Amino acid sequence: MDRRKFLRGFLLAPLAAFAAGEVTVIRNAKILTVTKGSFDGSILIRDGKIAEVGPTVTAPADARIIDAGGQYVMPGIIDCHSHIGTEAVNEGTVTVSSMTGIEDTVDPEAIGIYRALAGGVTTANILHGSANAIGGKNVVIKMRWGKGAPEILLEGATPGIKFALGENPKRRGGGDSGLGGRLRYPATRMGVEDVIREAFTDARAYKAAWDDYRTRAAKGERLIAPRRDLKLEPLVEVLEGKRHVHAHCYRADEILMLLRVADEFGFKIRTLQHVLEGYKVAKEIKEHGAGASTFSDWWSYKMEAFDAIPYNAALMHKKGVLVSLNSDDAEMMRHLNQEAAKTIRYGGLTDVEALALITINPARQLAIDNRVGSIEAGKDADLVIYDKHPLSNYAKVQKVFIDGEMYFDRDKDMSERAVKAARRRQLTEKQKAAAAPARPAGGGRRPQ
Amino acid sequence: MLLAAAGAIAHGQSGSPEIYAIQNATIHTASGPIISSGTIVVRNGLIESVGSGADVPAGAWTIDGKGLHVYPGLIDALSRWGLPPAADAPASRPAAAPTAARRGGGGDDSPSNVQFQDDGGPEERPSNTSWLKAADLVQPNDPALTAARNAGFTTAVVFPPTGIFAGQGSALNLGGGRAGDMVVSSPVGQFLSLSVRGFTSFPGSLLGSIAYVRQVYLDAAHYKSAKAMYTQNPRGLQRPAYDRALEGVLESPRLLLPASRKVEIDRMIRFGRELKNPFVLYGGSEAWRAADSLKAAGVPLLINLKWPERDRESDPDVVDSLRTLEIRENAPAGPAALAKAGVRFAFYSGGVERPADIRRAVKRAVDAGLANDDALRAMTLDAARIYGLDDRLGSLEPGKIANLFVTDGDWLAEKTAVKMVFVDGKKFEPAAGGQTNGPA
Repeated sequence: MDRRKFLRGFLLAPLAAFAAGEVTVIRNAKILTVTKGSFDGSILIRDGKIAEVGPTVTAPADARIIDAGGQYVMPGIIDCHSHIGTEAVNEGTVTVSSMTGIEDTVDPEAIGIYRALAGGVTTANILHGSANAIGGKNVVIKMRWGKGAPEILLEGATPGIKFALGENPKRRGGGDSGLGGRLRYPATRMGVEDVIREAFTDARAYKAAWDDYRTRAAKGERLIAPRRDLKLEPLVEVLEGKRHVHAHCYRADEILMLLRVADEFGFKIRTLQHVLEGYKVAKEIKEHGAGASTFSDWWSYKMEAFDAIPYNAALMHKKGVLVSLNSDDAEMMRHLNQEAAKTIRYGGLTDVEALALITINPARQLAIDNRVGSIEAGKDADLVIYDKHPLSNYAKVQKVFIDGEMYFDRDKDMSERAVKAARRRQLTEKQKAAAAPARPAGGGRRPQ
Repeated sequence: MLLAAAGAIAHGQSGSPEIYAIQNATIHTASGPIISSGTIVVRNGLIESVGSGADVPAGAWTIDGKGLHVYPGLIDALSRWGLPPAADAPASRPAAAPTAARRGGGGDDSPSNVQFQDDGGPEERPSNTSWLKAADLVQPNDPALTAARNAGFTTAVVFPPTGIFAGQGSALNLGGGRAGDMVVSSPVGQFLSLSVRGFTSFPGSLLGSIAYVRQVYLDAAHYKSAKAMYTQNPRGLQRPAYDRALEGVLESPRLLLPASRKVEIDRMIRFGRELKNPFVLYGGSEAWRAADSLKAAGVPLLINLKWPERDRESDPDVVDSLRTLEIRENAPAGPAALAKAGVRFAFYSGGVERPADIRRAVKRAVDAGLANDDALRAMTLDAARIYGLDDRLGSLEPGKIANLFVTDGDWLAEKTAVKMVFVDGKKFEPAAGGQTNGPA
C-alpha cells in the first residue's frame, strides 16, 4: 500500500475491523450494565446492536471474539453539554439566535471527537453557546470518527435549542466589555426574561398567522403566504413540544423565573444546564419535570457561580430530579468517569447511581434512552472497555465501540504514533525548505 | 516573426485589420485534438476557421506561425482584476451612532440615558450588496488587466469581493476600451463569502452567516412568488416591499459558495442543494480528498491557485498539525484527482498576484499529475462551461469569440514567451518581445 494513502487512511478512518452486520462477542468481561446489574459475562453484538448480554451468551461458531481479559465494560459515556465537533459555537450578535443551528457547522474531523472517544464518550449533546437568552439549535452526535457530518448525527434524536440566563446573555457590551463599544440588549436578568417572553409572544403570533393563512387558503381565498421566519420556527416547535429546551442557568432565582415563564407559555424545560444552585430549588425542578445537568465540582469562575457545592448532583438526585454530569469542556469530557466518581465521596451515591449520571440519565434527558445509555439487549452496541473499574482514577479506556464498530483502540493508537510523528517531521522539514527564499533577494536576505 | 500584408488591408475601428490568419502553427483547440501545422482565421472579432487546411481569405493579415503555439485565451474563473481597490465592508444601512432604542423601556435606563442597539438579524440584510455587478464597476484602464493580458489571459470572470452577498460577477474580455465593450456576459453569478462581522454585528459566526444566507434565499423565493401574485392582480393584496438585496439574489443565475477543506466541500454541497439554486464551489485546497463527493453531487469546483504553504514569516519553531502539513503537501494534487474522477473544475487566480506566477502555480498541478491539456481546459473551456459560456468562449472553434494567445513554446514551460494575444479579434503584443513565465 502506498505509504501516503496508508497514512491518510488511518488519520481519519474508523477502525473497521468489526463491521456492522457481523456477529461479535465480547467475553470474559466485568459488565456494568447500569440498568440491569453488574456481573461477569459476555455481550453478543449483531448488526450494531446488543443482541444478548449475560453470564453466558449463545454465539454462532463464526462470531468474532474479543476477550476482555477480565476488564470492565460499561455503556458509552454520554455528555449532555459539549461544544466539540463544531466550527462555531456562539452567534452572540443578536438577543435571539434561534435561526442558527450547530448542524450547519458540524466538523466531523475535529480532533476533539477522537479525543472524546479516547475518554470513553460515545454520544454528546452539542450545544450552541450561552451568549444570548435564546440561542441556536443543538445536535446530538455519536463519535463516529471518520464518518461525514450527516452520519455522525444520532438518528432520530429529538431536536433541541439552547437558552441562557444570567451573566452571559446580559452582558450588554460597551466600554471595555470585550464585546466592543456597542451596547446590546438585555443588560439585566429582568431583560433576559423579557427577551424570552417577547420571543415566545412573537412565536405565538407567527403560528397564528400561518394557521390563519392555511385556513383561509384552504377555503380558496387568494392570499400571499406569510414569510417563513427561521428565528421563530424553532420556537413554535418548542411551544408544540417538538423541540427540547436546554437552558444554561446558575442561580435559584433565575431558574424559578424560567420555569414560571415556561409554565405560563405552556412548554417544558427539558434540561437545566450547569444549574449550580439547583440543590436549593430541587423540588420546583422536579415538579416542572426538568432534568438537571451539572458539574461535579466546578464553580466560582464568576459571581453567579459561587454559591455552589459538590453535593449538588447527589442532592438533586435524591429529591427525584433526573440528573446528569456534563463537561462543557473538551478536556473534562475525557474523564467524565472520574467526575461521576466524585458523587460517591460528595453525596454518597452508589457506584451504579454514579455511573448513571454519565450514561442512562443523560440518555433519558435527551430522550435517546431507547438507543443508548445502558447495556441491554436491543440497544446500540456503544461500549467502552476500561482496564480498571471506570470509577477508579487509574482506569484507562482500552477500546470503544459504537454501533458495534470499534472506533478507538488504545493499542493501535499507541503503535501508530511513531509513524505519524515521522511523517510530521518529514513534511515539516520539506515545507520549511520550500518556504525558505530560494536565493537571496536583491534587497538582501531576510533576517533568519 | 514575419508579418506580411496580403493584398489590401482592411482596418477595423481601432486601426487594426479585421482579418488575421495565423499559418503553420501548432494549434491547441482545447475542444479537439492538437493541430500540428494549422491555420486559424480571425475575422471581425470571431474565429472564422481552424484547421490544417483552412483557407486564408483574401485581405487577411497573415502571420507565419512556424514554431509558434496558438491557445485559447486564458480565463481567470474568479477574479478581481479591474475592480477598484476593496473598500471597507459595505453596510446595507449606515452603521452610525446608536439609534433610538428599539426596545427595552425607551432606553431611559440610567442617568446617562443608555441607548441599546439591536443589530437585528437577517432581515436587516447586513453585509449584502447582492445588486452590484462587476460590469458596472470595472475600470478598463486598470493596469492589472494589461498585465494579465500580456500573460495570455483574455477573459476574467470578475466578482465584487466584499461582504457575504458580495454581488454579481461578469465575464469580461480584457481588450480594454469602454467598459461595456468588455462585457461578454453579466450577471454570471452571486459571490457568497460566509464571512463574519465580529462579536457585535450579525452575523458574528459561521452559524450566523449560514443561517443568514438560508433566510435570504427563503425570502427571495417568497418575494418572487409574492411579486408574481401582485403583478398578476394587485387588487386586494398588500404590496410586497421592494428589496434590492433580494432583487440581486434573484438576478443571479448561480451562486458561488466557499469550500476549501473536505468538510466544507461536503457541507456546501448539502447547503447549495438546500438553497435550490445552481451553484459552484470555490476554494478547493482539500480537493484531493473530495473528488468522490464532488463527482457524486455533480458540482463543479473553482480551484484557488494560491496553494497553501508555510508562511515564510512563521516562527521556525512552530510545528504544524499533521493535517495542515498534509493539506499543503497534497493540495496541488487535487486537480489531477478531480480530472481522474471526471469532476468539472477550473482555476482562478485567488491570492496569486502576478500573472506569471499563475501559470507557475498551474505547473505545480501538472507536476502533481494533471495532464497538460486538462490544465489548459481548466483555464479555458471548462471555465467557460462552468459559467455556461462555452458557446462563445473557451476553445478555438469557428464562430466563437476570437480570444487566443500565441507563444513560442509550451504554455507552461518556464522560458516560453507570449508573442501575441488576441481579444475579440484585436491583436495585442506584449512589450519587450513577449512575457516569459520566468521570474518577473
